[in-house]
Amino acid sequence: MTQLNTFRSGPDETGHFGIYGGRFVAETLMPLILELNEAYEASKKDPEFAARLSSLLKHYVGRESPLYFAERLTEHFGGAKIYLKREDLNHTGAHKINNCMGQILLALRMGKKRIIAETGAGQHGVATATVAARFGLPCAIYMGETDIERQKPNVFRMKLMGAEVVPVTSGSRTLKDAMNEALRDWVTNVDDTFYIIGTVAGPHPYPQLVRDFQNVIGEEVRRQIMDQEGRLPDTLLACIGGGSNAMGLFHPFLDDEDVDIIGVEAAGHGIDSGQHAASLKGGRPGVLHGNRTYLLQDDDGQIIEAHSISAGLDYPGIGPEHAWLNDTGRVNYVNATDDEALEAFQLCCKLEGIIPALESSHALAHLKKIAPNLPKDHIIVVNLSGRGDKDIFTVADALGVEL
Amino acid sequence: MSETRIDRRFRALKQEGRAAFVTFVMAGDPNQETAFRIMQGLPEAGADIIEVGMPFTDPMADGPAIQQAGLRALASGTTLKSTLSMIREFRKDNDDTPVVLMGYYNPIYSYGVDRFLEDARDAGVDGLIVVDLPSEEDEELCLPAMKAGLNFIRLTTPTTDDKRLEAVLKNTSGFIYYVSIAGTTGAAAPKASDVAQSLQRIKNATDLPVAVGFGIRSGAQAAEIAEIADGAVVGSALIDRIAAAENDDEAVRSVMELASEISAGIRSTVKH
Repeated sequence: MTQLNTFRSGPDETGHFGIYGGRFVAETLMPLILELNEAYEASKKDPEFAARLSSLLKHYVGRESPLYFAERLTEHFGGAKIYLKREDLNHTGAHKINNCMGQILLALRMGKKRIIAETGAGQHGVATATVAARFGLPCAIYMGETDIERQKPNVFRMKLMGAEVVPVTSGSRTLKDAMNEALRDWVTNVDDTFYIIGTVAGPHPYPQLVRDFQNVIGEEVRRQIMDQEGRLPDTLLACIGGGSNAMGLFHPFLDDEDVDIIGVEAAGHGIDSGQHAASLKGGRPGVLHGNRTYLLQDDDGQIIEAHSISAGLDYPGIGPEHAWLNDTGRVNYVNATDDEALEAFQLCCKLEGIIPALESSHALAHLKKIAPNLPKDHIIVVNLSGRGDKDIFTVADALGVEL
Repeated sequence: MSETRIDRRFRALKQEGRAAFVTFVMAGDPNQETAFRIMQGLPEAGADIIEVGMPFTDPMADGPAIQQAGLRALASGTTLKSTLSMIREFRKDNDDTPVVLMGYYNPIYSYGVDRFLEDARDAGVDGLIVVDLPSEEDEELCLPAMKAGLNFIRLTTPTTDDKRLEAVLKNTSGFIYYVSIAGTTGAAAPKASDVAQSLQRIKNATDLPVAVGFGIRSGAQAAEIAEIADGAVVGSALIDRIAAAENDDEAVRSVMELASEISAGIRSTVKH
C-alpha cells in the first residue's frame, strides 16, 4: 500500500494501513461513512475550508501553541534538552479541539443538524460541546457512568455549554461502551446526525481525517524547533490511548529517519497485572469499532476492559495507523504505569509550574528512563497534550489527600 | 455453490405458499443448557429457520435486549466453541431446520477464519450473518464462506440506496435480511406499508428470498410482514421472554408460547 520510501502515504483507498484499519461497520452506517469520505476529500480541495479552519484555530483555539523549553526539567534530569509542546494551552485545555473544529466544519458543510460524540476523560466531550455551542448545533455526548463519576468538572463544563451528557450504563461503563452507544445513536439517527469521533480510530476515513486535523501539532513543532534550534528534534514523545495527539505530533516527522519516535501506552498497574491499557504490548490484532487494530481481548475474542488511572487512555484499542507503525518498527512503543505517571505529574507541577493531564503525564514519565543518559545537545519534544486541572481529584485520591 | 438447507427450506415454503418464520436466540442465554432446550424446541413451535447469536462484549448494532442476552451468555461461559458444540448436538435430532450463526466479526477472527468455517460446516451451520462485515470487507469472511459452502447472508437497510444495493447483493446467498428501520435491534416496528415499498425495490434487484426483521413482537405484526415478505425475523421479543422468566423451565415454556403465537400468525397468511 505504501511507497517504499515513505511512511506518510497511508491509508490506501479502502482505508487500510497494512492489514489495519478498514470499514467494519453495520450496513446502515456504510452509506454514511462513504458520504463522509467524499465530503472530506472535497473539503481538502477547497481553499475556503482551509482558510476558515485556520482562522478559527488562530482566533478561537489560540494556535499556534508554544513550544516551550522546559529548563528546570532539563536540569533535573541532567541530560537531553527537553521541550514541551503546549497543547494544554489551547482553548478547552487539550489537543482535542483541533480535531473537533475540523470535524464540525465538515458537519456544517454536509448540512448536518445534530452532533454526537463519545468521551472518556471528558476532554473530547468538552471540545465537542464547545464547537457545537460555537456553531449552534444540538449535541449529545456519550460518557460511561464510571467516567462521569471520576471526571465531574468536565461533565459540568459540557452541560454549561448546552450539551446533553448521556450516561452509558452498558458493558464496562467506560470509553469503549460510550463509543458503542454513540454508534447506536448514529445508526438510529442517520439522516441529520454527524458523529465527531475523538481519536484516530473508527471506520475509514476517521483515522485519517482525525490525524490530518491533528497534524497541525507536528507541523508547528517543525517550524518552531527550526526557529529555536535551527534543526529537527532527535526524539518525539507522546502518550497513547487511541493515539490522536501522538499521531498529530508524529506524522509530519515519519519520513525524517533521524527522528526517533516514541509512543507511551498506559501500563496501569503493570502489564503483567492484566490491568492496563497497553493494546500493543498486551493485546493482539482484532476488529472493533469499525477497524482492525491491536485490542485487549481474551482467547475467545471478547474485549477485555482496559485500566488506567487516566480516563483518557482507558481504551482497549489503539488507532490502526499506530498498529501499523508498530509492526513496521518506525515508531517505538513503550509504556508507563499509573505510579510512574503520578510521579511525573507531580514533578512537572513542582519544577515547571505546569499541571499536566494524567494522559500527558505518561509521556513525561518516559523522560526519566531516557533523558538522563542522553547528551546535552539531544533534543526531546514531549507533547503536553492537555492540562491536568480536570485530574486534581483523581490525583488527590491516589495520593491519599482529602480535598 | 451447492444447495443448502436454507435454499431447500425457502423452496418448500414457496410451494406451501407462506413466509418463513425466522427466530433469533442467543447461544448460552440464559445458560448453555437452557439455550439448547430452547433451540431444540423452536422447530416444533413453528420456527422455519433458527438464527443463533454468537455473544460479543461490544454488540454495537444491538439494542438493550440483545446486549443483555449477550452478557448473560458470556457470564454463563459461552464461547464460540461451545456455540458450535450446541449446534452439533442440535443436528443429532434435526437435519432439516436451517441454522444461521449471527454476530460480530472479532470472535470469528480470533478463532481463525479457516478453522471457523470448517468447524461451523462440520457442526451443521448453513449460513452466517456478520453485522460488522459490509460488502467492502468481503474478502475477510464472505468469499471464504461461500467457498466453504456456507450462505453469507447480508443485511440491507433503509440507507442502502440503489447504487449500493447492487454491491450488497453481489456476493450474498441464502436470503436477504431486510432491516426495516435505521436503528438497533428491538426498536419500534415500522409500518407495513413503508416496508412493502422498500421490499419491492429489493425484489426488483434479486431473486433471493427477502426476510424482514427489527421490531416484530406479536403474531399479528408477524402476519402483516408475512403478507408482503418471504420471511419474518423475531429476536428481541423472544429474548425478552427469557429475561422476564423466573427460572429456566419458565424461560423455555414462555419462549415456546410466543413462538407458537407468532408461528400461527404467519401460518394464517397462506396464499394459494
